Formats: sequence, C-alpha cells, structure tokens
Amino acid sequence: MEDIKSQLIKITFDGIEVEVEPGTTIMQAARKIAEADESQAALVPPAMCYYKPLNSSGGKCRACLVKVAQGSAKDPRPMPKLVPSCITQVQEGMVVENTINQGVLDTRKSIVEFLLINHPLDCPICDQAGECHLQDFAFEHGSVKTRYEEERRTFDKIDIGPHVQLHMTRCILCYRCVYTADQITNKRVHGVMNRGDASEISTYIEKAIDNDFSGNVIDVCPVGALTDKTFRFKQRVWFTKPEDAHRDCDKCCGKVTLWYRGDEVLRVTARKNTWGEVNDFICNTCRFEKKKTIDWVLEGPTKVKRSSVISANKYRADLVKKPDFALKLAASQFKPIDDSRAYETDEETIRQQSIENNDKANHRSLLAKNN
Amino acid sequence: MAKKILTEHINVPGIETFDVYRKQGGYTAVEKAIKTMTPEEVVEEAKKSGVRGRGGAGFPMGMKWGFLAKPEGVPRYLVCNADESEPGTFKDHHLMKSIPHLLIEGMIISSYALGANKSFIYVRGELMYVIRILEKAIEEAKAQGFLGKNILGSGYDLELVVQPGGGAYICGEETALLESLEGKRGNPRNKPPFPAVKGLYQSPTVVNNVESIANMSWIINNGGDAYAAIGVGRSTGTKLISASGHIQKPGVYEIELGVSVDEFLNSDEYCGGIRKGHYLKALVAGGSSVPILPANLITKTANGEDRLMTYESLSDGGFATGTMLGSGGFIVFDETACIVRNTWNFSRFYHHESCGQCSPCREGTGWMEKVLHRIEHGHGSMHDVDLLVDISKKIEGNTICPLGDAAAWPVASAIRHFRDEFVWHITNPHEATQPGAVYRGEMELA
Repeated sequence: MEDIKSQLIKITFDGIEVEVEPGTTIMQAARKIAEADESQAALVPPAMCYYKPLNSSGGKCRACLVKVAQGSAKDPRPMPKLVPSCITQVQEGMVVENTINQGVLDTRKSIVEFLLINHPLDCPICDQAGECHLQDFAFEHGSVKTRYEEERRTFDKIDIGPHVQLHMTRCILCYRCVYTADQITNKRVHGVMNRGDASEISTYIEKAIDNDFSGNVIDVCPVGALTDKTFRFKQRVWFTKPEDAHRDCDKCCGKVTLWYRGDEVLRVTARKNTWGEVNDFICNTCRFEKKKTIDWVLEGPTKVKRSSVISANKYRADLVKKPDFALKLAASQFKPIDDSRAYETDEETIRQQSIENNDKANHRSLLAKNN
Repeated sequence: MAKKILTEHINVPGIETFDVYRKQGGYTAVEKAIKTMTPEEVVEEAKKSGVRGRGGAGFPMGMKWGFLAKPEGVPRYLVCNADESEPGTFKDHHLMKSIPHLLIEGMIISSYALGANKSFIYVRGELMYVIRILEKAIEEAKAQGFLGKNILGSGYDLELVVQPGGGAYICGEETALLESLEGKRGNPRNKPPFPAVKGLYQSPTVVNNVESIANMSWIINNGGDAYAAIGVGRSTGTKLISASGHIQKPGVYEIELGVSVDEFLNSDEYCGGIRKGHYLKALVAGGSSVPILPANLITKTANGEDRLMTYESLSDGGFATGTMLGSGGFIVFDETACIVRNTWNFSRFYHHESCGQCSPCREGTGWMEKVLHRIEHGHGSMHDVDLLVDISKKIEGNTICPLGDAAAWPVASAIRHFRDEFVWHITNPHEATQPGAVYRGEMELA
C-alpha cells in the first residue's frame, strides 16, 4: 500500500490538488476530482471524440484542450500550446488550468463554432435530442449566434445496415464509430472517405454493417448521425423511463438499460457510466430483438443525473440543482453584451430581416456555384 | 562564388549514373564511415556540424538522432521525407532527379549511424520519373556492394526501399507519412509518443528531409567542424533555395546561410533582381506556409540590420516584422500581384489538403477559403477581414499537426501587412474583380 502511495503523482487542476497513478491522463485526473466531489463536475473538460473504452480515441475534436501552466516540478516551464487533456499524461508537479483560463474558454467557444459549421441545429426533430453531447457542449461553452454565412453541406439519410441509419449531415467526424467497429467486431466495413471538410463516414461499396455488434456504433455516436432504426421517432427521450435490466446472453454481458414508455419497451441500449461512455458493449440480439419485459430480469430505475433532460418532469423543479458552471459562464458573458443596439420587438421587422438574410445567403450560394 | 556542398557536381554530364558519381568522389564517405568510424562517431559528426532539418522546421538533425530510442531486439528505421509539395518549394525534387546517388549515399551513412537495416525514401506519388531514377540508382549501388547484405565486407546490412506516396500534402507531415507508409490513410498521429520512440511499425524511427540527409556525405568527408564553419551562428552550412515568382532568374540555388536577402534577390549569381520595369511588392521566404512580408520589411530586420538568409535573421521580430526560412521556397511578388488573390489561392490549397481529422483545421481551413473567395469575387463585407484574423487565431496552435498553422499564417500575415488591399477589394468590388485588377495604394488610386 505504501509503495502504491509513493508512486502516485500529484498535480494541480484548476487550483485543486489531486493524486493519480502514473500514466493517468489530465482528463482522467479531472474526472477523479469530479467523482470524489459531484459539485466539481463542471471542471471536467468536455469530450466529443474521446471515449475511454475505445483504444486510441481522443485528440481529434480538440474540445478538451487545456493550458498546462507548469509542465512538471522538474521542468516548471509552461507548455507553449494548449494540449488535449484526453491524451496528455500527467507529470509530477504539473499545473493545469481549465475553467480558470480565459484562453482555454475562448478556444473551447471557437471549437463549438467550428463543430456547428456543418452540424445543423435541428434539435427539435433530431432523435439524439436530450442525449446529444454536442448539444450539451454548445450550451455550456458555445455562443448564441454563429458568424458562418456560407452554404452548409447536406446529405441524404442512408441505411448503412439493417438496424442503423446514417445521417451524415449531423456527423462531426469524431471517429468513435470507426474505432468501435475496428475494436469490437471482426470486420469493419465502414470508415472515413475523402478528406478535409469533404470527409464523410461511409460504408465500403455495396457493403452493409450487419455484424452482431453493429448496434454499438449508435451508442458511441455523440450526435444524431447514427440512429437506431427501430427507435427513430418513436418517442422523445425525456418521455421515457430508463430501467436497468439483464439477461443471460451467449454473445455479450446482457447488461442493458430498457427505455419504457408506459409498459412498452421502446429501446434497449448499453449501460453508460457518469461520463456517457458504454460500460460493456452489447449484442444486436439484446438490443434489437428483446423488447419485451418478459425477456429481462429488472434491476430497478437507472440512476440519472437530476440535471439531465432525461429527468425532466420526474423531479420537483426546486430540487433540481442547476449546473454552477453554466451560470458562471453566463455571468462572464453578461458584461460584453452591447446594450446600445435598438431592441427590436416588431415581428414584421424580424421577419423581413430573416427574409433578407436568406436571400443574401442564396445569392452567395448561387454566385459560388457559378464561379 | 559561394561554397557548394550539394550542387558542386550537379551539372557534370551523367552524374545520375554510379560510374560518373563515383569518379567525382562519390561513395568515399560511405567507405570512410563504415570502415573507420563507429555509428556513435557518425552521430557525433552530425551533431558537430549543426546541420538543421531542411524540411522547414529547422530542428538540429544530430540532436534528433540522439533522441532515437534503442531498445534491444526492436528494429530501427530511417525514413527520408521526399514528399515535397508545398507551393513554391521544389528543391528536393531537383536534387533527387539530378544527383540521386548523393541522397543514397547520405541514406547509407545515416542508416549506419542510426543502426537501421531497412530504410525508406518516401517520394511524392506524382514524381514517378524521380522514383524510377532513384530505383535505378539503388540497383547500381547494390550491384557495387554499397547496399544490401554485408556492405563493403563490414557485416552491416541495409535494404533501401523507395515508396511512392499518396499524393497528399499532409503525407509530408512526419507522422502522417509513417501512417501512409504503413498502408493506412495519411492522418497525422497525436504526439507523444514521438517517432523517435514509436514510429514506423511502432519501432523507433527517424524522419529526415532529403536535403538534410544529402549533406551527410560532405560532413563525413570534411568533418562536422568544417561544415559548422560555413554559415552564420546556429544557421550552419548551405541551403537549397527554390526561387520563383517575378524575378529574372527563377531556379534552385545553393546558398551559404548568411548571405543577405538583398544579395540573394538582386545579384546576378542568384535571382537577378525583379523583372525589368517592375518593383518589389512582397516576398514569401520559406514556402507558402510562412508569413508573407511587404517590401519595406524584406531587406532589414526589426533592429535595422541587413536581413540575412538564416533561420534567426528571417524570423527577427517575430511575425510582426519577420517570417521564417522554412523549406526555402522563395516566392517574389512585384506590384502586379494581387495579394488577396494570392492569399485565397494559398488558402484554397490548405483547404484542399487538410486531412479532416481535427475540427479546427477541417472546418477552419474551409471557412477561411470561402470568406477569401467571397472577398476576391466582390462579395465581401468589412467585418470579413476581422473574421479571417479571428478564424486564423482559432486554428493556430490548436490542431493535431502543423498544417493548421500553415493554413493560418499566410492569411493572418497578409491581412497584417496588406489590410488596405483587402479593404479595397471590399469597398471597390466592381473594380477589384476586373481581370488583372491590382490594388496599387492610395496614391495611385487618387
């Protein structure tokens, strides 16, 4: 025990000291702080591409960039650039700044802006609403408006297998589904095609994702790009009730969450941890073919954070603790608001402006095509 | 005449063949290194020479070699980065096609120093004829006992493989190059681990530029100290510069590091000055990814000293008044060049070449290109200029690999130094979009 204690690495994260094992990443250290004290959950950097159960994930979305103000006790120099906390390992004496560093917050805001360039804000109709990591990320760190005026890319929805539908328009290229297919199935038949902002997830020619574990790509997708064809548009997540359940399965662990509306099981998913990551991947039989209560041994209601939209209408509003960080952010944004502008309440004016803006965008799009 | 290290024999007829190259003193450095020196001594000579990476980063080559991990029972690799494809940079291409044995000799010496028994030359796929030249040269060297098993009876084995690249600019980034070499999509890897610890096939690997490796035969024959005596300060030796644009004599020149920018630009030995009847407007000193400089900052540093063709002098004053030596792609613009159109053109390149792995680069390069397209085509608005600066700041330093920086710097520096020209495009869209329209400053407009 003494030996383990002596090997621990002490770092400071946003002014809070924490001891972690060698090889721990900055993200894991922050999660450790939050796991010890739930009120510190807002300290944890957001992650769109990082997914702990998947090897080599992380480092791509840049949502979790943090400032290393001191590299280590031996070399106290700050790291020159912001570093991805999900893949950067801690060193003895490291000092990390996350929510207390304005540069980090500004960068994070810009990452939201970049991710929302080609991701539509169609939350009212998207099946992922209420479970969308990008929605949470944008709400906590983003800006209320975009500066992007160009034409956005769109795709038709395609069925990439018997159970999964891909709507590439919503994809943010986190690569999670590719890693999932690589690491838990025998043969990956989809991947990233093209490059730059023309990149897209696609199956290889005439291939369909039809292996026994294909449904897991739905669980790992942080946005609404990969959806469950048996659940799409059946119900909004906040109207369903999650219950933990298990069954004997010869392919997977059989530990799942059942999503009920009344007595009907609408959806079966893998169980997830506090950070929205799957604990154990489940097979397609459990996910798509066992949708009767009789198929399962119920364990009780799934623990859901009170602040989650899944809890909506299930708790008294006065008991719901609002996230501290969002308020802090709102307060910091309050000052720069320019109040000198004329306040427009006239609906006709707003409508006219909207029409003009659309005309302008269409005009540009036409010109771009002609050029 | 300046000292020539790489191009001394480049114009000898038939130098691309083994026999002619050998007659000019070729492969004597291999003999010296393998027969009389230990690998550690070769590394020491590289360190003494102070030669810096000629691909653009300028990191000391000997020091990079020193970082190579040497675990027991694990192969080590040397990979030559010949994926040169930055707009304005074409010196490696020139060297490989003209004098391929110089690179092969350097590869043998460097591989011996690093303990690598299999080395790769990763050449850009479009340069198929260069690949054939290199393959032929390798066959010749092998037939003469300089490659293959038991080189010169020393017991040292080396297999040299020429690998055509995928034809993507990003494959010139060292970790993307290694991914491509392994047969995967050329996406950069997150660092750490660095290639010196886990590189090709998870083994310790050194990735060096063509020009850096080609220097090794001269360094071994003449000693690292002799090499370090050429140049100025920490910019030692010579450097190949590919000069293009509005100059009298475009081409590839070997300079001693330390020659002044003014001399390089105007002397008859090198560029021969701006084309007749025109005057200098701007300069990109180290390939399209480095910041552009206006005429008034080209020949003098921030301190008012002569600006020299060295890593330090060109970057003097940071990006406010300086730029970078980079890969040595020297692009000159006279007053007939439109900076906005040029910036859009560069931006178009980086947008097209972004691998799309990380969000700031994937989305940001495209966004910048589209805004620049609008401005160039007469549909820009005044806030677009500040928007471009802001996007470039958000990309810079936040991406997996330096392609993000390479895309951001040309845009940010063009606006820093030529903001008036962007504003003119926005305020005079009809005039600016006419064929050949160029902003010539307020005086001439009036």
